Amino acid sequence: MKILISALVVIVVLAGAALAYALGPSAIATVERPMPESFSGAEVKRGAELARLGYCNTCHTVRGGDPYAGGYAIETSFGTIYSTNITPDEETGIGRWSQEAFSRSLREGLDREGHHLYPAFPYTHFTKLTDQDARALYAFFMTRTPIRRSPRENDLPFPLNWRPVLAGWKLFFFDSGRFEPDGNASDTVNHGAYLVEGLSHCGACHTPRNFLQAEKRDDFLRGGEAEGWTAPAIAGDLPTPKGWTEAGLKSYLTGSFTADHGVAAGPMQPVAENLAAVPAADVEAIAAYVLPKMRSGAGKLAPAAATSEQGGNGNDEGRVLYAGLCASCHEASSPARRAHGMNLADSSALNEATSRNFVNFVLAGVQPPEGRAGSFMPALAGSLTDEQLTVLAAYLRHAKAGLRPWDDLGKTISNVRETMRRADAEPQR
Amino acid sequence: MTRFTVNDRPFSTETDVETPLLYVLRNELELNGAKFGCGLGQCGACTVLLDGEAVFSCLIPLAALEGRNVTTLEGLGTIDDPGPVQAAFIEEQAAQCGYCIPGMIMRTQGMLNRNPAPSEREIREHLNPNLCRCGTHMRILRAARRAAGKPAGDQAALAERSAT
Amino acid sequence: MNALSGPALSRRSLLGGGGALILSFSLAPRSALSQSEEAQVSGTGPLPGSLSDFPYLDSWIRIDEDDSITVFTGKAELGQGIRTALIQVAAEQLDVDFSRVVLETADTGQTPNEGYTAASHSMSESGTAILNAAAQVRALLIARAADQLGLSADQLTVDDGVITGGGRSLSYGKLVGPDVLHVQAQPQSPIKDPSTNRIIGKAVRRIDIPAKLTGAVAYVQDLRLPGMVHARVVRPPVYGARLTGIDTSEVETMPGVVQVIRDGNYLAVVARGEFQAIQAMRALAAAAEWGGGIALPEKTEIYDVLKRLPSQESVIQEKGSGGGQGTRIEAAYHRPYQLHGSIGPSCAVGHVDGDRLTVWSHTQGVYPDRDAIAEMVRMPPENVRVIHMEGAGCYGHNGADDAAADAALIATKVPGTPVRVQWMREDEHRFEPYGSAMVVEASAALGESGTITDWVYDVWSTPHSTRPGSAGNLLAANLIADPFQADEPISIPQPAGGGDRNAVPGYDFPNSRVTKHFIRSMPLRVSAMRSLGAYMNVFALESFMDELALKAGADPVEFRLKHLSDPRARDVVTTVADRFGWSDWKRKGPGHGRGFAYARYKNLAVYCAVALEIEVEREAGLVRILRAVAATDSGQAVNPDGIRNQTEGGIVQSASWTLYEEVDYSTDEILSRDWASYPIMRFPAVPGAVEVHVIDRPGEPFLGTGEGSQGPTAAAIANAFADATGRRIRDLPLSPEKIRRTLEA
Repeated sequence: MKILISALVVIVVLAGAALAYALGPSAIATVERPMPESFSGAEVKRGAELARLGYCNTCHTVRGGDPYAGGYAIETSFGTIYSTNITPDEETGIGRWSQEAFSRSLREGLDREGHHLYPAFPYTHFTKLTDQDARALYAFFMTRTPIRRSPRENDLPFPLNWRPVLAGWKLFFFDSGRFEPDGNASDTVNHGAYLVEGLSHCGACHTPRNFLQAEKRDDFLRGGEAEGWTAPAIAGDLPTPKGWTEAGLKSYLTGSFTADHGVAAGPMQPVAENLAAVPAADVEAIAAYVLPKMRSGAGKLAPAAATSEQGGNGNDEGRVLYAGLCASCHEASSPARRAHGMNLADSSALNEATSRNFVNFVLAGVQPPEGRAGSFMPALAGSLTDEQLTVLAAYLRHAKAGLRPWDDLGKTISNVRETMRRADAEPQR
Repeated sequence: MTRFTVNDRPFSTETDVETPLLYVLRNELELNGAKFGCGLGQCGACTVLLDGEAVFSCLIPLAALEGRNVTTLEGLGTIDDPGPVQAAFIEEQAAQCGYCIPGMIMRTQGMLNRNPAPSEREIREHLNPNLCRCGTHMRILRAARRAAGKPAGDQAALAERSAT
Repeated sequence: MNALSGPALSRRSLLGGGGALILSFSLAPRSALSQSEEAQVSGTGPLPGSLSDFPYLDSWIRIDEDDSITVFTGKAELGQGIRTALIQVAAEQLDVDFSRVVLETADTGQTPNEGYTAASHSMSESGTAILNAAAQVRALLIARAADQLGLSADQLTVDDGVITGGGRSLSYGKLVGPDVLHVQAQPQSPIKDPSTNRIIGKAVRRIDIPAKLTGAVAYVQDLRLPGMVHARVVRPPVYGARLTGIDTSEVETMPGVVQVIRDGNYLAVVARGEFQAIQAMRALAAAAEWGGGIALPEKTEIYDVLKRLPSQESVIQEKGSGGGQGTRIEAAYHRPYQLHGSIGPSCAVGHVDGDRLTVWSHTQGVYPDRDAIAEMVRMPPENVRVIHMEGAGCYGHNGADDAAADAALIATKVPGTPVRVQWMREDEHRFEPYGSAMVVEASAALGESGTITDWVYDVWSTPHSTRPGSAGNLLAANLIADPFQADEPISIPQPAGGGDRNAVPGYDFPNSRVTKHFIRSMPLRVSAMRSLGAYMNVFALESFMDELALKAGADPVEFRLKHLSDPRARDVVTTVADRFGWSDWKRKGPGHGRGFAYARYKNLAVYCAVALEIEVEREAGLVRILRAVAATDSGQAVNPDGIRNQTEGGIVQSASWTLYEEVDYSTDEILSRDWASYPIMRFPAVPGAVEVHVIDRPGEPFLGTGEGSQGPTAAAIANAFADATGRRIRDLPLSPEKIRRTLEA
């Protein structure tokens, strides 16, 4: 509540500052919708790859809906923002946007008419895009099937629903500018940096945000959160016991199970699905840039006290729950273990400071995308009571990770259950 | 000793508390409804209701059951007096080999307990954890719609989906 | 339920009553009859269906004095609804109420030896036999009644098994003596005029469904015998591995463990509780050390491997002089190994009582399985009884026979104690015999008139049946200390064919040369999977027909009709086209398409055509089947709803095979070990609507339904995909990744 009040205060101040700034941007004239034939095949193909590298489909498509027709709900701490229709429909999409208007939206966070866009759209990253890539993306989107579907109104309180406020936000938190390669780094690493910092906007989830939802630049890739999941730290001292290798990282990034770390889940799952469909060179570049930043094991949390009441070896109830519920996939003797049931001692979720990912895994489960082989974890929301999950978590933290029980567990469990209830009630197409 | 209720009757057992519910239902209570399919929570053949919610009985140890309420296929009705969901499945002749169907019935019951008026999409999403290999899906969906008091046929469902 | 009666009752029923004695006598197959008896039968022409093997009427039908009617079939209920359909046939021809007939299915102690319940033969073999036997029994009883009542047969009426005439009535039970029905069938039967049928042709509700849906003992998995213990088998990591070391002492002390069994490379554990057996099995697996084993092929090279392996070539169709004129096109199609994938892992119960062994199994062939098991445990076959109890749907030769062998072998190690063995999920995924990987190469010439003038078709496949057979075809028998070697696999001959099933086109081509390349060796263990090679051949042939139609600029349905003269084939094609609305169909936009395919299964069984409409989700690489329309002609339709159920099921199952399924393996091991590593279709992805139109042919022979729709569905999906996207995928499955790669290329 305190944060909310201070946020409001700041916003009001910003709004004043915004006024002047808001007068700046102007509309860019509409154009005739370019014909698909006017783009080269090679440009469209690279555009398709770039769209995957930017995960555009994830936020601009509702589950089971028409691709890129928008309407996907993005929950923020201030309210719900709905993504827009980016198909080339002339009325409801971007069919009459010029290349200039399209590029400006990506890199400056302004729509064609000059309205400011909410930073849920990661233009703070896309600003680094090269002209060439912006052209390829334009070519890709202009050759999609136009879908007539009006964007849904955002659900934000005053004054956040007043877009000029965003001008003030940008003043403080948005640095416009293209990517600058590091002269000392290889082309691969530079390409990786371009993707991670730009199009692939890894920091949007993996960098912590301040109370105005801006990424904290000093903590770049040091761990954030997304959709009720923890986006673990990529840079710095990581709590996971096993180190990352290039092969392991590439395999994780493309959705495969890695015995040392687990599998991409939650909001990372669509990221990995997209990365599985781009040229290997792009994933290699991401890995090459990220890997040197990852110091695995260095951030191992403080070990459990030997006499820890909840997690101690006396926690027989937890052991029994594990034996009956988890062991059929996660014990060394289980045949499923080799396929996709990891040794929980190595699990990132179990070694994290927060219980979010663990609780999400257990209650909501993980399922591979339709028709694809992959890691599977059944949803156990109905099987375990909150008390049982608490006991099981304490046991696993102690017995598998050698750590103290989580302090945030009770709150996380009720949050995740609430999120699942809402998702259940959410009307889908 | 673990005590819980099965189909509204108190039950207690001395069996090792690590033992998953499925084996106790089948071998101690001699209830045939819940079937072994994978033991991994991937197929739903073992589905029962736990406090009204559909769960995989192959993955829930006795230790998690103390004081809770289990409902199996047998708790929904009998051959002479089938419950509404069972009757809907019989009406639609929704079985080939039938091995997965008890799990389907329990999953459908679990859905209706939470959501008495599911949309076509919700029915399909709710049944997602359960596998059928004979390809009886179309009939299972018709039965689930019928159990939910909706028009059972495929065409009505198609119309509903294209209308929303 | 008789199957529950166990050895004690079986001895009673076999040795007790006179009727049963006659029954066992009449169970001697025809091959075992004396020359004169055989001559007597064959002298008057061939007998219909399985009557030719079991000519005595009482092999099929028993009527007791209390008017109870029991019909015997050597076929097994596999979920195809055969139990209900066979009762319909019997009740109709006997003129009794449906509810009066009790059916006994496959049991070596009771029923005729009808070999395997497979190849959609149940209705054509057993159904035909029962149809004729029942008609003859009815006529025989009417004649007897006429005799007793002093009336002529046409003065009598029959109502629910009661014959009335001249004010007097006699029930069937009063008319049968101990040997009245122990007579040989005649080649001609007085089948009722189909227009008078009251039971055949009706969508009678399946009699087994209510019990299955309310928790009755319905499957062998549900069988519980007094004192029964549970066993689990520890399998080698890869085919041919040897057990090099194991310390069983710790496992032996685990709670509930009765015995650890080691026989050569065969390793199993018996425990009192089922979960105790599973825990002990896990511990045993962890303790076992294995060595050697046979390397699997590189998965990415499997089709080259198949073509390189030695194969036996046979030309199965040679028509015309070859070399028809016109534009020639060529294409190659591929199918990976695929799983039967029963939802219920294979299970069996075995019991050794003195010198007798009884096995309850969901095998498709109680007699052949009995013989193989007897050989493995070195007992005389007459001391072994195999009783069929249902399992989960098998879709061909899955783990059933091997699980029966496990139960038999383990039962011999714990004599006197019934033992239940159920496979774990990974056992079924890794050790069932798969559907073979296959390669097809096709080439055809298209003449100026837009008709096909030449057709050349080659198919490569490993075997499609490795059923027992001898003991060597049972997994357990390969592993024991004194092992049996597997039989040399055979190439199933035409017209049914194995890998070449449906390789001969059903169209009228002036020139056609079709060659089968039978690969005897098996890089992966394979056997019969629903429709055998027909799934792949129809996929390839009907995909190629569409490619040719496209080349000819012809409508795919018109193009097929142009080459199709069989009026019944034309009927299913035009029925589907009409019901689908083929001629008025409009594309809604890019990614929306329709596909058509037709085949007559084995070129001699059910006719089936399928049309479907899809939407391709390009981003995700997914095909959404919006609706599917099928028409089938299975001859006389005994139970139209049964036919619809089988056909709907075939379409959905084939959609799963076609869109997702492929066994995964490395050179070291099978990697498909559960539903996460071998995904199949789940509810959100099943078609929006499936409608099946049954074309009934009253009075025509039963053709069998269960395997008709898989091939056409696969081709219709591929054809719809090509229609929706302009790209053709010739390699199964049309997986999300393959679709994406194809569309992005």
